[in-house]
Amino acid sequence: MELVDFIFFIEVLVGGLLSGIMYSLVALGLVLIFKASSIFNFAQGALVLFGALTFVLLTEVASDFWMWTGWLAVGLAGCAGLILLLTKAKVSGSALKNISDRYLGRIPLYIAAVLLVVLALFIDGGQNMWRAVFVTLLIFLMLTTAVRSPQWAMGVLLGLAVVALVTDEFLTVRSLAVTLVIVIGLAIAIERIVLRPMVNQEPIILFMATIGLNYVIEGVAQGVWDADVHALDIGIPDVPYEFYGVYLSQFDLFAGLIAAALVTALAIFFQKTRVGRALRAVADDHQAALSVGIPLKNIWAVVWAAAGIVALVAGLMWGSKLGVQFSISLLAFKALPVIIIGGFTSIPGAILGGLIVGSTEKLFEVFVGIPFFGGGTENWTPYMLGMIFLMFRPQGLFGEKIIERV
Amino acid sequence: MNTAAEQINQNKETQITPSFENSILKVEGIDVSFGGVKALQNVGFSVYEGEIFSMIGPNGAGKTSMLNVISGFYKADSGSIWFDGDDRTKASPDQVARMGFARTFQNIALFKGMSTLDNIMTGRIVRVESSFWREAFYFPARKSEIAQRRHVEGIIDFLEIQSIRKTPVGKLPYGLQKRVELGRALAMEPKILLLDEPMAGMNLEEKEDMARFVLDVNDEFGTTVILIEHDMAVVMDVSDHVLVLDHGKRIAYGVPDDVRTNKDVIRAYLGDQ
Repeated sequence: MELVDFIFFIEVLVGGLLSGIMYSLVALGLVLIFKASSIFNFAQGALVLFGALTFVLLTEVASDFWMWTGWLAVGLAGCAGLILLLTKAKVSGSALKNISDRYLGRIPLYIAAVLLVVLALFIDGGQNMWRAVFVTLLIFLMLTTAVRSPQWAMGVLLGLAVVALVTDEFLTVRSLAVTLVIVIGLAIAIERIVLRPMVNQEPIILFMATIGLNYVIEGVAQGVWDADVHALDIGIPDVPYEFYGVYLSQFDLFAGLIAAALVTALAIFFQKTRVGRALRAVADDHQAALSVGIPLKNIWAVVWAAAGIVALVAGLMWGSKLGVQFSISLLAFKALPVIIIGGFTSIPGAILGGLIVGSTEKLFEVFVGIPFFGGGTENWTPYMLGMIFLMFRPQGLFGEKIIERV
Repeated sequence: MNTAAEQINQNKETQITPSFENSILKVEGIDVSFGGVKALQNVGFSVYEGEIFSMIGPNGAGKTSMLNVISGFYKADSGSIWFDGDDRTKASPDQVARMGFARTFQNIALFKGMSTLDNIMTGRIVRVESSFWREAFYFPARKSEIAQRRHVEGIIDFLEIQSIRKTPVGKLPYGLQKRVELGRALAMEPKILLLDEPMAGMNLEEKEDMARFVLDVNDEFGTTVILIEHDMAVVMDVSDHVLVLDHGKRIAYGVPDDVRTNKDVIRAYLGDQ
């Protein structure tokens, strides 16, 4: 009897931890943007919805659409190439050399590419290795170069065209590639249209802007696509997995793995590179950051793109669990206690906060909520927890302590 | 009477103004206005390589506006800025920084949460050869990091701020913050150093230190310095050329001795008598 109780406890705990990782994914997006611009991005939930909706509908559209997209991309890339040829012949001439100098001499690139290929093969069930390699390299190049100048735009569009026209049976990879391009494009658009005119404004004004942005993105996402509930299947079977008598959800395990990989990559990117220092500088003082030559607009575009990618992953995970529907945009609210607990500026904090919130709400629900309150406590326990943290440790577990001189 | 003074002034200028060709920075006909206020009207001057160039004038004369235009924070309504023979009028602040301009601010713009060392290290961002993306995907860039660090330690020694290396700059007294800000600017190894009142609010000793640092930088590295300063003794002492602004207009421009005796300058500072 006691052993059964213990196993049940473990099952609830692990289930809670794994669903907590999903909160962490949303919280990560918030932390990234807060670090770089001191903005609490109210629109993160909308980004999650947007990413998931774009992906799920791209997998549903007919092949006519892909033909159309492909040729459109070819046309646009041709235009970009023509412009380049006419205006900056010198630049485009050295572009090829730049690519090899910049990207092919780098070992970490190969490692990352191989990892992505493995991931792509896994998602596609290993149907065609070389095509997976090809598509993955394209995705990777798009990711690393989407923010650059015209010659890069041309490359991205050509890549998009190839993805759209060639990879007919690779529905998931194809849709993912195009969704990534769209999400990154959205991030850059947000930076250009909404944020850049507001450099040096108070954080509260930028926060208000993201509230507006939230409604615009939600509206556009549902207007362009639709407001129905869509089933999303990313090919991971949701069957329980037995581990020494403990039953665990295979899907949750997979989600945890993905989140862990993403978090590791982000942590390295933002803490071990000089970009990390630039980020901290931008977060601290925009004017001073500009004066030492940090391109504010690039940093913001990168950060929003990263937040967009994280949102997309979160959207895919939540979407395949709950179905892609409007309510997943409300997830951002549960990410709020997560970052209050973890600290607004800490990537590890977002992870730990998510784990704490996920496990607490599940344990509380099962052992206290259902027996004593008749259930439904999951909806408010995270906020209670957040409030307790606000009272006793307002900066969160890993946040920067607020020092104020009088 | 006014015209007579202007004429004298202009005569002097034609004498002391060498041709534009050997100037490192050429500013022509800059206009800046905020709403109805004309902060700068048709201001032009040249700065020569390796000199100390000062801008003086009463409060609200447009000195800081001029510095902001040079460093790209303000966009001029009209006029142009030439640096090393290239038109860079439309460059953004970060582009200007990458061209080799470093600046300090009148009201100190440091990264308050970071240590002195980290603040100065941010100045090295522009000196790193690699691109943003290469940097991002080649993270164990230790060798370069060590070289950068060595350079920064040199600056810390030069400015005599070893004892506050790890202190968050928000906790430092005003005079030291100014010094850290200068250090960050120096870390950028600028061709032109723009200093906005580096000695304001300092005591005599701190002022002397700062003046010594500026002169040393100018001497040792041949860095061109553009200086805004209210302390006339310092300005007249260190400058090669002085530009005097009043109500957004250039009223004098020349070597310190000529400016000191210029009637318009005296009137601007003392008022009509």
